[in-house]
Amino acid sequence: MALLQISEPGQSTAPHEHRLAAGIDLGTTNSLVATVRSGQADTLPDASGRHLLPSVVHYRSGEDPRVGEEAWSGASGDPMNTIISVKRLMGRGVADVTAKDAHLPYEFLQGKPGMPLLRTAGGDVSPVEISAEILRTLKARAEESLGGELEGVVVTVPAYFDEAQRQATKDAGRLAGLNVMRLLNEPTAAAVAYGLDHAAEGVVAIYDLGGGTFDISILRLNKGVFEVMATGGDSALGGDDMDRVIAAWIREQAGIGEDVDPMLMRRLLHDARAAKETLTDQDEVSLRVSLTGAEEWTGTLTRERFDQLIGSLVEKTLSPCRRALRDAGLRSRDVSEIVMVGGSTRVPLVREQVSRFFGRELLVDIDPDKVVAIGAAIQADILAGNRSDDEMLLLDVIPLSLGLETMGGLVEKIIPRNTTIPVARAQEFTTFKDGQTAMSLHVVQGERDRVSDCRSLARFELQGIPPMTAGAARIRVSFQVDADGLLNVEAQEQVSGVQSSIEVKPSYGLTDPEIEAMLKDSMDHAQDDMNARRLREHQVEADRVLEALSSALAEDGDRLLTDEERAVVDEAARVLAQTRQGSDYRAIKRAQEQVEQASADFVARRMDASIRKAMAGHRIEDFE
Amino acid sequence: MNAVSMSYDLSTNYFEIFALPRSYSVDRAMLDERYRKLQQTVHPDRFATATDQERRISMQQTALINEAYETLKDPVLRGRYLLELDGHVFEDNRSMTGDPAFLMEQIELREALAEVRGGPSPLEALGRQLELITSRFSALDDELSSWFGQPDRSFPDVAVGIIHKMQFYRRLEQEALELEFDLEDQTGLV
Repeated sequence: MALLQISEPGQSTAPHEHRLAAGIDLGTTNSLVATVRSGQADTLPDASGRHLLPSVVHYRSGEDPRVGEEAWSGASGDPMNTIISVKRLMGRGVADVTAKDAHLPYEFLQGKPGMPLLRTAGGDVSPVEISAEILRTLKARAEESLGGELEGVVVTVPAYFDEAQRQATKDAGRLAGLNVMRLLNEPTAAAVAYGLDHAAEGVVAIYDLGGGTFDISILRLNKGVFEVMATGGDSALGGDDMDRVIAAWIREQAGIGEDVDPMLMRRLLHDARAAKETLTDQDEVSLRVSLTGAEEWTGTLTRERFDQLIGSLVEKTLSPCRRALRDAGLRSRDVSEIVMVGGSTRVPLVREQVSRFFGRELLVDIDPDKVVAIGAAIQADILAGNRSDDEMLLLDVIPLSLGLETMGGLVEKIIPRNTTIPVARAQEFTTFKDGQTAMSLHVVQGERDRVSDCRSLARFELQGIPPMTAGAARIRVSFQVDADGLLNVEAQEQVSGVQSSIEVKPSYGLTDPEIEAMLKDSMDHAQDDMNARRLREHQVEADRVLEALSSALAEDGDRLLTDEERAVVDEAARVLAQTRQGSDYRAIKRAQEQVEQASADFVARRMDASIRKAMAGHRIEDFE
Repeated sequence: MNAVSMSYDLSTNYFEIFALPRSYSVDRAMLDERYRKLQQTVHPDRFATATDQERRISMQQTALINEAYETLKDPVLRGRYLLELDGHVFEDNRSMTGDPAFLMEQIELREALAEVRGGPSPLEALGRQLELITSRFSALDDELSSWFGQPDRSFPDVAVGIIHKMQFYRRLEQEALELEFDLEDQTGLV
């Protein structure tokens, strides 16, 4: 299996060639892949015509894991090896997982620093690897259907996913051999699918209740710009929880004790889900559960009883709605449209409650299962550069505040929630002991004042601070969040210049070498393939750099560069083009760095020029 | 930061980024429009298939534009920023300057807020409190605006005092809104 998108040497993509791109909705219960063809975004079906891929992976001894519908059929017979709802485990430590999801039938092993591993017949696997299996299946489906390798994808995540959960999702993409151009928030994706369809303007609320996650986002749509004003939610609340309360009710009604064996529990959950779906358009549903031996329990679940059972779950979604409105500085009457997303919004009580909360009718005309994937496909198409004339732009926010631990276990917030990304903020701290030469930094995420109530993202240490009296050192800590919502932290002592930086991931994530190792393990002739893969990666990157440079030079070379400067850039490009033909990936990398260095000023001048152009005619003559 | 990341050197002045005059009063509609226009030019989504170098610059520029927008949008941050542009260092100490009348009102407002929850119709009482806070804030906003409008701004103490008061009302407003959220959450109101 090809693990990375690779173009053949010499077959570099021309600037206006259509690039194959897809949007992937990696859901708790179901996953989908969609793409834009002839200007139309659609989800892609499998060979049997099914669009939804159940997010289920069945591990077997000595065989490849099965994914989707086939894995589902194995679920009730082999629950320990059939992993469902893996999304709930993404970016989580063993302690979080076992405490919150005590009912999970899997056997957990303590991985390294808190990362959970599941023991299965196919070996010990992490949530990232399990998700990568689902992504691989969707990748294969898309490539078969499109007749070529995907050049880039957009993968959606719940808006309320924290840093660790986002990083885990991106790692899964890499592991599946995908070029993840962007992580996109699910409600924002839905807004894109919906907004483009309706050419909407104004304030829109996206209520997204999926299998295992709940998101609410408030967006302002204005001339193609989708500006997220506030977002909120619960990354462990969804349709799964409804199934669980119904299953518990059946268990009680059928007189089954609390200690249920995993196989029966799976069946109960399965029946519960079927009952929930039936109650979408019927007032009651009959249930039949076979118990031990020939024993059987039959009963009826009415809509009324169902509504009582799930009442508090639905209620739990309204508080984040209220919070998001508040954060956006709005009242419910300011919202002009409410878009319902996610399979769980089919439940009548959910629709009733949300409609009552906002005091208006809901928009349900786009299939709530598909709308996220469709929005992601549109964004992927734009990012791939397939519709350069498009004015659409998404401005998203971070869902949870980012901060540092300070004295006494308290949190100093550096970037508050709902800040538009990308964002860079810095704050200065100082030493509190005379002669202190090191400072440890603890990066956390959350809204509470105490560190123990927030999620720990990473710890790192700034060392080599020259000894000074307490309070004399000036340590500047910079947080940078990129457009995927991923964080980078740097610390520098200002007087001496001692520096330390970290890409935040270790707490529950994988390190780069671990991902490399996993990629390697999944190949037959590891070393050869790794080198070949590296070479092709660098060739592709070199082609991209050369192509971008040559079109930039054609546009602005004469205007922005002197003849001497031009000659330097041309020479570096010539060397790279030549080196690229060889087989030494390190040499290609060096040559590429030379090009970047030689063209740095040119690139910067071009950016300036485009900003000036955007502001042209807006210059204020009299600066007082 | 190296020379490349500082390339759009108008970063020395947030007002110039948006081609707006350096002044306390800002045309919000114009600011919003120009912000969106700049974002459409530099946002990382416009550079998804570009080289790492271009993507890096795009991210830095976008972060800078976001920061500038946040600052100019908000009266308190904008006031502080203008003082800094004038060369004054804004000390963020919370101890208020000696304005006994203001200090008295502070105490009274805090007491009133603390009593809301136990009172007969807490949401209405809170609504009145919020209105009061808003009108106080808006009066300070006017005061600061006329201070920045005067030709000689070499003694910033008055402005610093006004901004400190604004920050006080801002915090009080936050607490009041938080309380309102709690109350609404309990009663299920919107």
